[in-house]
Amino acid sequence: MRIGVFVCHCGTNIAATVDVEKVAQALSRFPKVKFSTTYKYMCSDPGQSLVRQSIEEHKLDRIVIASCSPRLHEKTFKKCVEVAGINPYLVEMANIREHCSWVHKDMEAATQKAIEITKLAVAKVSRARPLQKTYVPIEKKVLVIGGGISGIQSAIDITFAKYPVTIIEKEPTIGGRMARFDKTFPTLDCAACILTPKMVTIAQNEYATIHTYSEVEEVTGHVGNFKVKFRKKARSVDLHKCTGCGACWNKCPVKVDSEFDMGLGKRKAIYVPFPQAVPNVPVIDRDNCLWFTQKKCGLCKKICAFGAIDYDMQDEIIEESFGAIIVATGFTQFDHAVYGEYGYGKYKDVITGLHFERMANSSGPTGGKIVRPSDGKEAHDVVFIQCIGSRDEQKGMPYCSRLCCMYTAKHALLLKEHNKDSQAYVFYIDIRAAGKNYEEFVKRVQTDYGAVYLRGRVSRIFEKGGKLIVRGADTLSGAQVEIKADLVVLATGLVAQNDAAKLAQMLHIPYDQNNLFTEAHPKLAPVETITSGIFLTGACQSPKDIPDTVATASAASVKALGLMVQDKLEREPIVAKVNPDACSGCRACIAACPFSAIETDEIEDRKLKRKRIVVKVIEGVCTGCGNCTAVCRMSAIDLEGFTNRQVMEEIESLRV
Amino acid sequence: MKYAYFPGCSLHSTAKEYDISSRAVANALGIELIEIPDWVCCGATPAHLTLHLLSLALPVKNLLQAKKLGNYEVATCCAACFSRLKIANKFMEDDPVHKGKVEEVVGAKYSGEVKVRHFLDILVNVFGLNNISERVSKKLNGLKVACYYGCLLTRPPEIMQFDDVEEPHLMDDLMKAIGAEPVSWPYKTECCGASFSLTKTDIVLKLSQDILQMAYDAGAEAIVVACPLCQSNLDLRQSSINKKYKKHFHMPIFYFTQLLGLSLGIDPKKLGFNKLIVNPSKALSAIA
Repeated sequence: MRIGVFVCHCGTNIAATVDVEKVAQALSRFPKVKFSTTYKYMCSDPGQSLVRQSIEEHKLDRIVIASCSPRLHEKTFKKCVEVAGINPYLVEMANIREHCSWVHKDMEAATQKAIEITKLAVAKVSRARPLQKTYVPIEKKVLVIGGGISGIQSAIDITFAKYPVTIIEKEPTIGGRMARFDKTFPTLDCAACILTPKMVTIAQNEYATIHTYSEVEEVTGHVGNFKVKFRKKARSVDLHKCTGCGACWNKCPVKVDSEFDMGLGKRKAIYVPFPQAVPNVPVIDRDNCLWFTQKKCGLCKKICAFGAIDYDMQDEIIEESFGAIIVATGFTQFDHAVYGEYGYGKYKDVITGLHFERMANSSGPTGGKIVRPSDGKEAHDVVFIQCIGSRDEQKGMPYCSRLCCMYTAKHALLLKEHNKDSQAYVFYIDIRAAGKNYEEFVKRVQTDYGAVYLRGRVSRIFEKGGKLIVRGADTLSGAQVEIKADLVVLATGLVAQNDAAKLAQMLHIPYDQNNLFTEAHPKLAPVETITSGIFLTGACQSPKDIPDTVATASAASVKALGLMVQDKLEREPIVAKVNPDACSGCRACIAACPFSAIETDEIEDRKLKRKRIVVKVIEGVCTGCGNCTAVCRMSAIDLEGFTNRQVMEEIESLRV
Repeated sequence: MKYAYFPGCSLHSTAKEYDISSRAVANALGIELIEIPDWVCCGATPAHLTLHLLSLALPVKNLLQAKKLGNYEVATCCAACFSRLKIANKFMEDDPVHKGKVEEVVGAKYSGEVKVRHFLDILVNVFGLNNISERVSKKLNGLKVACYYGCLLTRPPEIMQFDDVEEPHLMDDLMKAIGAEPVSWPYKTECCGASFSLTKTDIVLKLSQDILQMAYDAGAEAIVVACPLCQSNLDLRQSSINKKYKKHFHMPIFYFTQLLGLSLGIDPKKLGFNKLIVNPSKALSAIA
C-alpha cells in the first residue's frame, strides 16, 4: 500500500494557523505513507496536476487530501485521482480548515490537531475498498410544489423543454401572493397584467398538469424516482363540468370575510378567490356553507345548469412518481399581534401592507379607494412603519425582509396618486434599496411625491378623537414626533409558511432556525438542496422580491431539466450492505431507517437446512446515513465507504 | 398566606396612606404581612445613577434580611422597590461577575432565591379576584377610574414579568371586581416624569398634565395608581399644573389599596384618605 498525503495551505486560511509543512513531515513518518507534500491551493489546476504527477511518480494507490470540508471539494479530488487511474473511493479528505484552522488561534495546538485529523484520514483510507458507481433510471416528470409566481415560472420553463410538469397548489387557484398585489415596484406595472397571462399560459400548456386545492402528504424515494402522495381536497364542484359562469356564487346567500381581500371584503360560501382565478372553478367552503352546516339551502346545486355541484365529493389521494421536485411554497406575513405598542391588531385603521395592496387595487374590496377601514372615509395622513417583525431579535425575525423598503415606497407613491391631498410619513431604520432602479425609485417617492421619511421607530399608537396618534422618534433631528394619522400601514416582514418545517421533514431537506429552507451552498448552489433532485425557488428559501423569485425559478428549472435530459442517474455507492450470514433477522435496522430503505428477505440457510428471515437494503433508496449500522447488534450491516473496519482503524490510530 | 413585607422609604413617609391602606386590606383579607426587620432603602433612582454595585447590593441586603424571616416571598407595594428588588435578583441569578462583587460587599452568599411579588399581583393572582369580590361589602357604584401603572411596574418586561407590558390590566380587573368602572385609555404606561419632580419640575408638570388630560378625556372621575411617585406627581403637582396650563383639574389620585379597602367595608378613616392633596370627598360621596 502506498498512500500519498497532500496538505493544502488554502492561501492563509489554513497556513496562518496550521504549520502545514510540519503536518506533511509528521505524516511522512506514518507507516504506509510513501509521499507527502504541501501546496498553496491544492484545488487549483496546478495543485491537481501536482497530485496526479505525484501519483505517477511515486506509484501511489491511495490519497489523503488535508484541506477543507469534503462538502466543498471531495468531488473535485475524486475526479482528479480518477483521471490518474485510482478508484475515486480511495481518496479521503482530512478537514483541517473548518474543523481546525478556522476555529483555533494557537498555532502549535492547531498544528498538532491538524496532524491528528490527517492521521485519522490515513488510517481510514488504508482500510478503504474500491467502489463502483451504480446507475438508476429516471422518471422524466417534474413536480412543482406551490403555484405562486415562482412555481408558475418554474413550470413554464420546464414545459419549454417539452418535459411534463405538475403543479400542486393548496389554494383553490394558482397565482399566490402576487395575484393580490396592485402594482409592482419600481416600474409600476400592474401585477395582474403581468401575472395572469402566465397563469393562463401554464394552464393551457399540454405538458403541464395543475392540481389546485391539493396538498402533498408524503414523499418517499430519491432523485430520479420520488414517490409523491398528495391529497386533492374535495372541491364540491366538478372541475370538468363547471364553466365558471358564476350563477352559483351570485345566488349563494352566505357572506363571509374574503381571505384574498384580507378581510376587507366579503365572499360567498361558494366562491372563486378572484375573477382571474385559474382554474375559474369555484370551491365550496364547507365550514360556512349552509348545506354542510345545516343541511339547508342547496341553491347552488339547483341553479347550476351543468350539474357541476357535487356535495358528496370526497378527498382524493393521488400517488405519482417524479424525477425531480421544485419547492416553491413561498412565504407568509409576519403576525404583528406581538407588537402591543401598535395595538395588537385591535385598531381597525392599523393595517398591513397586503391590506393596502388590496385597497389600492381597482378590483379590490374598496374599488381602488384608499380609505379608513373603520369608517370608509378617505385616508389623508398615512403613516407607514417599516421593519415590522424584521431586524428585531426580541419580538420578530433577526433578518431583513428585503422588500419592505421598496413596497413601502411604492405604497407612499400609490397613496399620493389615489388621494391627491394625502401626505405619507414613513418611519424607517435604514432604507435598503439595493436593486436595479430601486434607489432612484425611493428618491422619486421622496422628491416628486413628497413622502416624508423619518428615521426612527414608533413607540406607541393610540386612538384619540377618531384619529390614530402615532408617537415616535426622529433620530436625525433628535426630536419626538407625534402624527395624527387616518391610517397606519405596517410593513410586515416575510416569514416562512406555518407548515414549512413539516414539509422540509417530509422532503428530507434542511431548514434554518427561521424555518426557511436551506440551499446546498449559499453562493455556488443557491437553488439546490443537499437532497439531490430537490430544488428551491422563491421566498421559501429567503425573502425575495418578484425579479429575484423569477430568476431563481428559472434557475431551479434548469437544474431540474439537467436531470431530465439524462438517460440514467449516477448513484453514489455509499450505501449499507447486509451480510446475510451474520444477520439474525431482528429488524432493529428497519425501525432505525428513516428512509424505509430496508426490507425483510427470506433466504435458504444451508447450515440449518431451513428458510430464515434476514434483511436486505434497497440500494436505490438508501442514502448512506449509517443509522442501521449503529443499531445492528450482530455487526451484520456495514456502510460502504464508512465500514466498521475503517472506523476501528481510525480509533486505533489515535492510540499510537 | 404570609409574606415578608418590604414597605420601602416612601411608604414610611410621603406615601404613608399607601402603607396604612395596604396593611388594612391585607388584614381584612387575612394576608399576613411581616415587615422585614431592619430594612434599608432599596437604592431607588439615586443608587443606580451613582454606583451600579450599590444599586444591587442594597436590594440584596434587604432580600437577605427577608430570608432570615423564613421561607417567604417578599411583598412590596412601591413600584420602584419592586423594580430594584427584581433587577437585583436577576443579576444574582444570571451574572456571576456582579454576583461575586455583591456577595463580597454584603458578606453573604445569595443567588436570587427570595422571590419578589408586587402586592397587586398577590391580590389578583394569588388571593384571586373571585375571593375578593366575595368579600366586597360595598360596591364602588360604577366610579369611573383610569388605572395608571406608570413605567416601572411592567418594564423591562423580561425581568419584571408582570402583566402585559404594553396593555397591563391587573388593576383594571381588580377595579372591575370591586364595582368600579375602569375606562379604556392609552396612557396606562406613560411616564409621569418620576424623580424629575425635584430637579426638573417642568418636565413633570408637562408629562403629568398629559396624563391628567388623557384620563379626563377618557371620562375618568379619578386615577388609580400603584406607585408612590406617580401618586405624588399627579396629586401634589396638580395645582401647579392647573396654574401653569390654565386647567381646572380636580382629579383625585387614589392608591388601589384605598379603593379596595373601601369596598371591603374598612372604615375610610383607616385608609389614609386625609393624606391626599386633591380632596377626594366628591368622588367618595359619589360612591356612598
